[in-house]
Amino acid sequence: MSKLLIEGVSRTFAGVGGGQPVQALQPVDLAVAANDFITILGPSGCGKSTLLRIVAGLEAPSTGRVLLDGRAVTRPGPDRGMVFQSYTLFPWLTVAENIGFGLREQGRPERERNEIVASYIDLVGLRGFENHWPKQLSGGMQQRTAIARALANDPEILLLDEPFGALDNQTRGLMQELLLGIWERRKKTVLFVTHDIEEAIFMASRVIVMSARPGRIKSDVPVDLPHPRYYTLKTSPEFSALKAQLTEDIRIEAMRTAQTQSAQA
Amino acid sequence: MLRPLYPVQPGTRTVLGITFFVLFVAFWAWITLGGHVNRIFLADPLSMLKDGWRLLVEDRFWLDILITIWRVFGGFVLASIVAVPIGIAMGAWKPVEAFLEPFVSFARYLPASAFIPLLILWAGIGELEKLLVIFVGSVFQIILIVAVKVGATRRDLVEAAYTLGATDNGIVKRVIMPANAPEIAETLRLVLGWAWTYVIVAELIGSSSGIGYMIINSQSRLATGQIIFGIIVIGLIGLLSDFAFKALNRWLYPWSLA
Repeated sequence: MSKLLIEGVSRTFAGVGGGQPVQALQPVDLAVAANDFITILGPSGCGKSTLLRIVAGLEAPSTGRVLLDGRAVTRPGPDRGMVFQSYTLFPWLTVAENIGFGLREQGRPERERNEIVASYIDLVGLRGFENHWPKQLSGGMQQRTAIARALANDPEILLLDEPFGALDNQTRGLMQELLLGIWERRKKTVLFVTHDIEEAIFMASRVIVMSARPGRIKSDVPVDLPHPRYYTLKTSPEFSALKAQLTEDIRIEAMRTAQTQSAQA
Repeated sequence: MLRPLYPVQPGTRTVLGITFFVLFVAFWAWITLGGHVNRIFLADPLSMLKDGWRLLVEDRFWLDILITIWRVFGGFVLASIVAVPIGIAMGAWKPVEAFLEPFVSFARYLPASAFIPLLILWAGIGELEKLLVIFVGSVFQIILIVAVKVGATRRDLVEAAYTLGATDNGIVKRVIMPANAPEIAETLRLVLGWAWTYVIVAELIGSSSGIGYMIINSQSRLATGQIIFGIIVIGLIGLLSDFAFKALNRWLYPWSLA
């Protein structure tokens, strides 16, 4: 049985000021196996973030439903950990308190909490920064904390919405290896949204390519590159071949987006 | 050369700031001691200081100062205790806002000073009336500003908390309240400044003690030196309480500092 089932999920936004309703997402079907690392790749505005937010329960689908372990998703919950593109650490909590936030909300005893928090601080390499405020951290460290915070709940699935989108290129590469390393060791079902082709291939066991708005799944590309993966993989011929294929796919969609935008202008 | 938006050196900033005070007092001394205005209407700086010293030493003016401070803080604390929870509730729960916001918006334009005759009828001319003037003047302002700040809580933080398993109750207690605590404290600091103007008005009418009483009393005796001294004392206390409030906020909310 699939870990996550997305069945005919679509999303239509009401028109602004009595205008036409806008369909952000055409009905999408997707089955995700347990411990798969899925990246959702698409041009900006293709509804990939909307799809992820529906899985998280932060938005309701206009049609269709999302099943996690056979249970329908109706609202956000700790079984679906989420990492956002914007920095969403709680500024009034230290790094350790941020990571322990979900455990505390669920009323786990303090000693148990501290043990779990310490293990995740080690996992993302933030030893020595436990008592820092978020604003004292670099963007990469904030996102590492956010990943640890989402994982500390031991969610059934980890959802990431362009988590490294605001980071510089070098940091981004290191964060990709860090997250992939965690996944290789701990195994987790992951949905990772990105518009970066290289990132989509490097991270994934399966890339879902989405079309321009209104979004739908355009292609479903398995990535059979061996694990563990290092940055050197990005320059291998197999990687380049996949990249060339996906670049072509995405380019058509990006052009289509540009055309609809200029047609509307 | 003055270049737009170009920062000024800290030392130069201090010197410039003090220079204005010096010029101001010098101008005041020149028009009064130089005989350019009638002594009856404006005392010179030296007699102001002399009058002030006499007030403090002989007339026990420091008791008036203490009673005014007590009124300001008493009324202000009462208003805060009532207003902050209401403001948070309005910001967090939209039906509460829809219920109260129109009335509070209306009420905050009612001038506190216009309530004084009514409050005297209800509460007499004792301490309760003075506290109520400040309460009426502050409470609606605090409610509205707090409601707006709380309503503008970062949505992404709320969403992040939900995905971490927070309940609705947990969102209010452990996201909305701590996220807005520094801003609420800043609001209180601002409104405390306004409370100082209400207290003086309250003491000008039907009062027998306080800085405002001393001022209105001095007017009938044409003691302009005392009036000016009273005004300066109010300014200094306001400045001091503002500094203290700022320091307290910095100590309470170190995470919100840049």
